[in-house]
Amino acid sequence: MTAVYLAVLAPFAAALIGFFGGRRWPRTAVPVAVTGASASLVAALVLAVRALDAGASARFEDTGRLATVPLGALSIGIDLRVDGLAAVVGLAVAVVALAVQVYSSAYLKGDPRYSSYAAFVSLFTAAMMLVVFADDLFVLLVGWEVMGVCSYFLIGHHWEQEGSQRSAVKAFVVTRLGDVGFLFGIFVLGTAAGTFQISRIVSQASALSEHTATVATLLLLCGVVGKSAQFPLHVWLPDAMAGPTPVSALIHAATMVAAGIYLVARLYPVFLAAPTTLAVMAVIACVTMLGGALAALAQDDIKRVLAYSTVSQLAYMLSALAVGSATAASFHLLTHAAFKALLFLAAGSVIHAVGTNLMPDMGGLRRAMPITFVTMTIGLAALAGLPPFAGFFSKEAVLGAAEEAARHGGPVAAWAAWSVLVVGLLTVGVTAAYVTRLWLLTFFDSPRGGVAAHESSAAIRWPLVALAVPSVLIGLVGVRDGWLARWLGIDERPPGGSVPVDSAAANQLHIGATTSVLSVVLAVVGFGLVLLVWRRAPWEDPSLRLVRTRPALERAFWVDELYDRLFVRPVRLAARSVGWTDDAVIGGAVSGSGSGANRLAGLLRRTQTGNVQTYLTGLLAGVVIIAVGVVTLT
Amino acid sequence: MPLLMPVVLACLLFAVGIFGVLARRNAILVLMSVELMLNAVNLNLVAFDVYLRDQLLAGQTFTLFVITIAAAEVGLGLAIVLLVYRNRETAQLDDLHQLREDDPGPPDVRDDTRETAAR
Repeated sequence: MTAVYLAVLAPFAAALIGFFGGRRWPRTAVPVAVTGASASLVAALVLAVRALDAGASARFEDTGRLATVPLGALSIGIDLRVDGLAAVVGLAVAVVALAVQVYSSAYLKGDPRYSSYAAFVSLFTAAMMLVVFADDLFVLLVGWEVMGVCSYFLIGHHWEQEGSQRSAVKAFVVTRLGDVGFLFGIFVLGTAAGTFQISRIVSQASALSEHTATVATLLLLCGVVGKSAQFPLHVWLPDAMAGPTPVSALIHAATMVAAGIYLVARLYPVFLAAPTTLAVMAVIACVTMLGGALAALAQDDIKRVLAYSTVSQLAYMLSALAVGSATAASFHLLTHAAFKALLFLAAGSVIHAVGTNLMPDMGGLRRAMPITFVTMTIGLAALAGLPPFAGFFSKEAVLGAAEEAARHGGPVAAWAAWSVLVVGLLTVGVTAAYVTRLWLLTFFDSPRGGVAAHESSAAIRWPLVALAVPSVLIGLVGVRDGWLARWLGIDERPPGGSVPVDSAAANQLHIGATTSVLSVVLAVVGFGLVLLVWRRAPWEDPSLRLVRTRPALERAFWVDELYDRLFVRPVRLAARSVGWTDDAVIGGAVSGSGSGANRLAGLLRRTQTGNVQTYLTGLLAGVVIIAVGVVTLT
Repeated sequence: MPLLMPVVLACLLFAVGIFGVLARRNAILVLMSVELMLNAVNLNLVAFDVYLRDQLLAGQTFTLFVITIAAAEVGLGLAIVLLVYRNRETAQLDDLHQLREDDPGPPDVRDDTRETAAR
């Protein structure tokens, strides 16, 4: 357990030191942040190796309880737990966090708020580790919300720019919207299972009624959809690119957005008990997968291309969960963490050199930035799913699982599995197309920006190289049958044994020959089409050929505008009318009572004439009235 | 002598006094009217004292007190009137409205609230 505590507490301590000492000793900011991330990485490495050792024989598990919080009938334990999945995801988080900390030290050199920035990244790392190792839903929720807050502050790092403030608020509000459902999902699940401890909920999953499981998982899915930027709540992620690029790499590509997927994988038996939720997940994943990829096709901002690509890739993971393979989802989570972090850091290197986010102003960087070019090409190839690279294997695992569920039946209805398969294959083609467009626009033709770009410094280059290695190799762990599944140790058997499969077969990754060939062909077609269009006019953006459909793709199907009409404006209107009511009605009543009393007093003041005889007349009249009253009434 | 006659007389005297206090403009005449009212009361006290055959003669004793105090009061009142006349050259009560409430209209409450709202 010591390693787990170290993994969580080392970055937390670094964050505390950064917050309280960063201003006084600005020079310590870099060493403190990097030390915290390194300690966390060492701890995660130890855990992952132990999981790997143990995974060969039995399922690896290690639990520890720090304290118990009694709350009447139910008690909450501060529980931490390591199993294979947690150890591996923790390792991925630690690797990316360290790469980002090193990278940031050069990327944000001379930034006046660097120390607080590094502290927030450390705090985020600690929170993510807490989510990964939590064994209690409330502990998980704490990490989950701290991540959200860090995301908010880091998106708003350049708060002088109005756009970045708005994006930060948007990200926070949209994810909060999902978190409301998430919190109630925790309540439903915890009260139904009688405990909030994840491992006990999972072991009791088969005892839950389907109705309860459906309600609980649908509510939890709200939070997952918000955090992982899936369809109805995906709008915050592209705007979150207003934050510094390393933050986008860590939070909005590799780790935080994958937390939703991780949560579903963690509670997978409960989700398997609710086929309705799985079908809903499949539909959401299909819409997001293809929609995100199409939107990525027409973005001018290189980071927005990658953001929509993240949305689309997260949908792959969600679809893998929907068709019953949490192992495939986790596999794609890992490979995606590696290559998407690499892509963002490489994009940051390009942005750093060129000084703009817009791809039409880049071009021809192949010669000026050879290392960035090579590493980014590796990342793009992995994203497009070309055979030797990591993305190919994990994507094939997802598609293979969908094919398996579509042909032989799985936990989800066949139509959902078929649509996941078809949409997934289509998305492979679109992904290859936008990847090619990004690659060509950024690195080929002649420079258009007019800036003499040069290769970035070593602190930026080394993280790129370090992340390029897993982007190439990590796919190979999925090749050997059942090896990754045993390492992760996810229980994928549907509760109640409605589908009779033996556990060894169920946990295997299916990389089918048909889907592999089909997806490679589609990827090549996507690549070839964009290349053909580009060859005719290398100085032009290939997406301009889409003419009519381009605006729809560029605005991501006007979802933002739709939400603006449906929610933002009515809420603004309501807020304004509330403000008016407060000012005019409530404020009017207050000041009206004051001025009314004043006016009444004005009437009384009239009687104060200064003439003594008038007063006496009044006095006499009063006495007479009282006397008459006394006489007549008694 | 029946009780009625002094009581009616006292009433008339008191009414005349009241009329004088309320209607006269001259401060000295108002003081004189006050004296009339006091004496009407004195008449009442004496009349009832006799009528009730009070052993302790409380009514008459009280009358003596009232006369004494009335004398003092008139002395004080005349002195005030004299001083007022010296300062203002008038003893007309209508002109002496220094203590009147000036009528500035209601203070502007609205402006205050708007200022606080803007803040």
